[in-house]
Amino acid sequence: MEVIERLFSEIMKKERSIGAFLSLDIEGALKQIEEAERCGGALSGIPLGIKDNIAVKGQPLTCASKMLMSHKASYDATVIERLRKSGAWFIGKTNMDEFAMGGSTENSAFQNTRNPVDLDYVPGGSSGGSAAAVAAGMVPGALGSDTGGSIRQPAAYCGIVGLKPTYGRVSRYGLVAFASSFDQIGPMTQTVEECEQIFSVIAGADEKDPTCDGAYYQIQKQKMDFSTLRVGVVSEIEKMGIAPSVLAAYQKLVEEFREVGAIVEEVDFLLPSEAVSVYYVLSSAEASSNLGRFDGIRYGIKGEGASVEEEMRASRAAGFGLEVKRRVLFGTHVLSAGYQDQVYKKAQRYRATLKNRMKELFSSHDLFLMPTTPTPAFRLGEHSDDPMGMYLEDAFTVPASLTGIPALSIPYGKSELGLPIGMQIMAAHGQEETIFQAVKGLESKNGIFGRRDQDV
Amino acid sequence: MYDIVIGLEIHVEMKTKTKLFCGCSTEFGAAPNTQVCPVCLGLPGTLPQVNKEAISLAIRAGGVFGSTIQPISQFSRKNYMYPDLPKAYQITQYQEPICTGGGVEVMREGERVMIQLERIHIEEDPGKLMHPEYEFYSLADYNRSGIPLIEIVTKPDLRSPEEAVEFLKALRTQLDFAGISDCRMDQGSMRCDANISLKEPGTEVLGTRVEIKNINSFREVQKALEKEVKRQSDLLRFGEGDKIVQETRKWDAGKGRTIPMRSKEDAEDYRFFDDPDLPVIQLTQDQIEAAQADLPTETAIQRRERFQSSYGLSEEEATKLTEDAVLARLMDQAGEGHVDPRKVATWILTEGLRLYRSGEGFRVDAVTLLDLMETVESGELSHSAAKQVFEYVWEKGGSVVDAIQFLGLKQNSDQDELTILIAKIMAENPQAVLEIKAGNGKAFGFLMGAVMKQTRGTANPKIAKSLIEAELEKTK
Repeated sequence: MEVIERLFSEIMKKERSIGAFLSLDIEGALKQIEEAERCGGALSGIPLGIKDNIAVKGQPLTCASKMLMSHKASYDATVIERLRKSGAWFIGKTNMDEFAMGGSTENSAFQNTRNPVDLDYVPGGSSGGSAAAVAAGMVPGALGSDTGGSIRQPAAYCGIVGLKPTYGRVSRYGLVAFASSFDQIGPMTQTVEECEQIFSVIAGADEKDPTCDGAYYQIQKQKMDFSTLRVGVVSEIEKMGIAPSVLAAYQKLVEEFREVGAIVEEVDFLLPSEAVSVYYVLSSAEASSNLGRFDGIRYGIKGEGASVEEEMRASRAAGFGLEVKRRVLFGTHVLSAGYQDQVYKKAQRYRATLKNRMKELFSSHDLFLMPTTPTPAFRLGEHSDDPMGMYLEDAFTVPASLTGIPALSIPYGKSELGLPIGMQIMAAHGQEETIFQAVKGLESKNGIFGRRDQDV
Repeated sequence: MYDIVIGLEIHVEMKTKTKLFCGCSTEFGAAPNTQVCPVCLGLPGTLPQVNKEAISLAIRAGGVFGSTIQPISQFSRKNYMYPDLPKAYQITQYQEPICTGGGVEVMREGERVMIQLERIHIEEDPGKLMHPEYEFYSLADYNRSGIPLIEIVTKPDLRSPEEAVEFLKALRTQLDFAGISDCRMDQGSMRCDANISLKEPGTEVLGTRVEIKNINSFREVQKALEKEVKRQSDLLRFGEGDKIVQETRKWDAGKGRTIPMRSKEDAEDYRFFDDPDLPVIQLTQDQIEAAQADLPTETAIQRRERFQSSYGLSEEEATKLTEDAVLARLMDQAGEGHVDPRKVATWILTEGLRLYRSGEGFRVDAVTLLDLMETVESGELSHSAAKQVFEYVWEKGGSVVDAIQFLGLKQNSDQDELTILIAKIMAENPQAVLEIKAGNGKAFGFLMGAVMKQTRGTANPKIAKSLIEAELEKTK
């Protein structure tokens, strides 16, 4: 009991300034810990923070939305079930952009979360609460969800490790859907090793999610043979207008791969500016359908009205925040008759083309390196009135989202202001094994990512 | 007179044990919201899992009607918000249905005509709303939410309301025989929408099409279509054809008329798109063959003709028996076991139809029916006593022997006993005796009736008759 009290009081001390959690399971902690210890699995007794769009039975499931303010999950997500069996327990639910729409966690209906590295800065988003909780050392690990970069971008901003798994390798059952053909749950931790460990528990096919047919994952033990590793790097990245500190970090990582003997090749992977637009068309279209169920009839906040339709309208007007409304409207529009062919289907064709190009890229390369974001974290409020500026931060993360490939963001250096920088390591569909082998190989030579004394 | 053009969309609940996308039971009639789970309630975070049995039954349905089974088909989302639809979209098939083409035969002016099917696709049923009278609220029951349906869409091949009903009856028996659905309109497991338009005879130009929804029985189908034909032809006849607008009308069975629901302009944009939660359905030839194993191949018309030729039934009898899979099956089972199948048909169509309600099951099986007929034919039971046994077995079940025992209906052929009874009856009814002597045959029937009544139908009619005649002789 005392241990639990101490644990929570430590968390509360940091929580006051950071605001990473929307709820803490203080009451249920003892019971959870007892059960976790009985399991005695690989994660025995480890407390995790869970993004508040993943169902943990009995705990709130708000998606940081007024709409689900008082909603509790009546069942466990598949990832939660698997983590429980491995001995982990769930300390609380972390803050996020409402329904995972956003890149700063400022779209939370309840609170802002601050970047533990510098409290004036955003932690990124949408899994900002999970990133901040891990970066501040409140929990050793957390789960986030990534639709267009929502694990990788906050991991980069907060200086931690975050994995967006291959689409279909981790079950989405129990993840409140934002864009079903993009969404993936993934681990966020301080080190690559911890990230891999959580991934090995949650990965693998699940019959409750028909789109999840990926392989289970074994912790990679064999040493990387860098001499045969073909690493693709972006040609002419200096022309992409990214922050100088990010550019320097990227060049340094490329150099690090060269030094260990990898075959580094420039790839003419034009970062298509359309990718971001295509991502917003498709993800908003799916979101407009997925969020239709929040009508106030069965759960969630209930508006007043003279007819069913008016009542639903009132519930949705009151329950959803601005960004969610913007995307639901946009998504409804691109799916509607007359626009579907011009916009939605065109975007789908683009996505198919991009998938093919990615396949081609990985037919001659094992890994592909990109910065996670073009700039380090921004200040709270900096992009509040500028959704387009916020969207462009996704330029480097959406390619992996559109094509379903795995991408790991590792902390790699710091900006002039001391803000963390993230680098992205991508591999072909289902090849998380290669990513972890390579990254651990670098660590064994040059030290643990996130623990290096690093300034660029 | 105008030519009538009708197309139907029929929703049929498939006979699976569990729902289309979760493990909940599909049993009809459970207490509201007791057969639900996070998936069919559409709770945040849940995902659908396809029921393989439903896919098999849909393939089977395609087999019954000779449709092409598509090796690749897909689920789509039909988006609209209504309280009975917990996800705010219905999972259905849109551009890539599982079955295309096929048809059902009906008779038109003595000729067989194939009514073509456009497609058959799989979809989930929404829940059900109830609107208590004089209350300011509605109630939602999600037991039905996620029950697997097939939607069968015909081409506009039907030419009259009667033909539409004949088509539906044939469709129903086919589906029932193949074990795909019970097709019970009374329980809503079969529902029908109709598209109807008129055209000038001899032209190819179709008039404006009107859709009628909410038709809940075969009788209502005919009534609703007749009413709509009349409405449209009246408007055309009086030069007001422009008042026929493309719209959806609702059949109000109580008032016996269709009322406007929504016009084309108000038609909802369902924003169909492929459901990203469900991979495409890929079928191998082996899967298709397995699903269509031992599929009954006889069509409704073929069955009717067989009933006429091999059982010697009239067209009317054969039609009645083949319109309903339960009756047709019973006729086949019992007919095979009797030297004169026509007698079996008579039993089913007279005694049977007095008690049988379509869909509720025929509660006397073939063996019992044959046993009962045997007791009459051997003279053990009178016909009227046999009716009582039939009713008893229908209600309580059990064997014919037990029922006869319980009801004390063994036929009375005891001459002494009957003679005393008849003498008594004749003494009590001198008027009747006089009338018989005066040549009034009806009066004889009156005496027979009285004997039967007093013996509760157990008196052996032949013996009773001869005894009455003997008594009359005596009084001469």
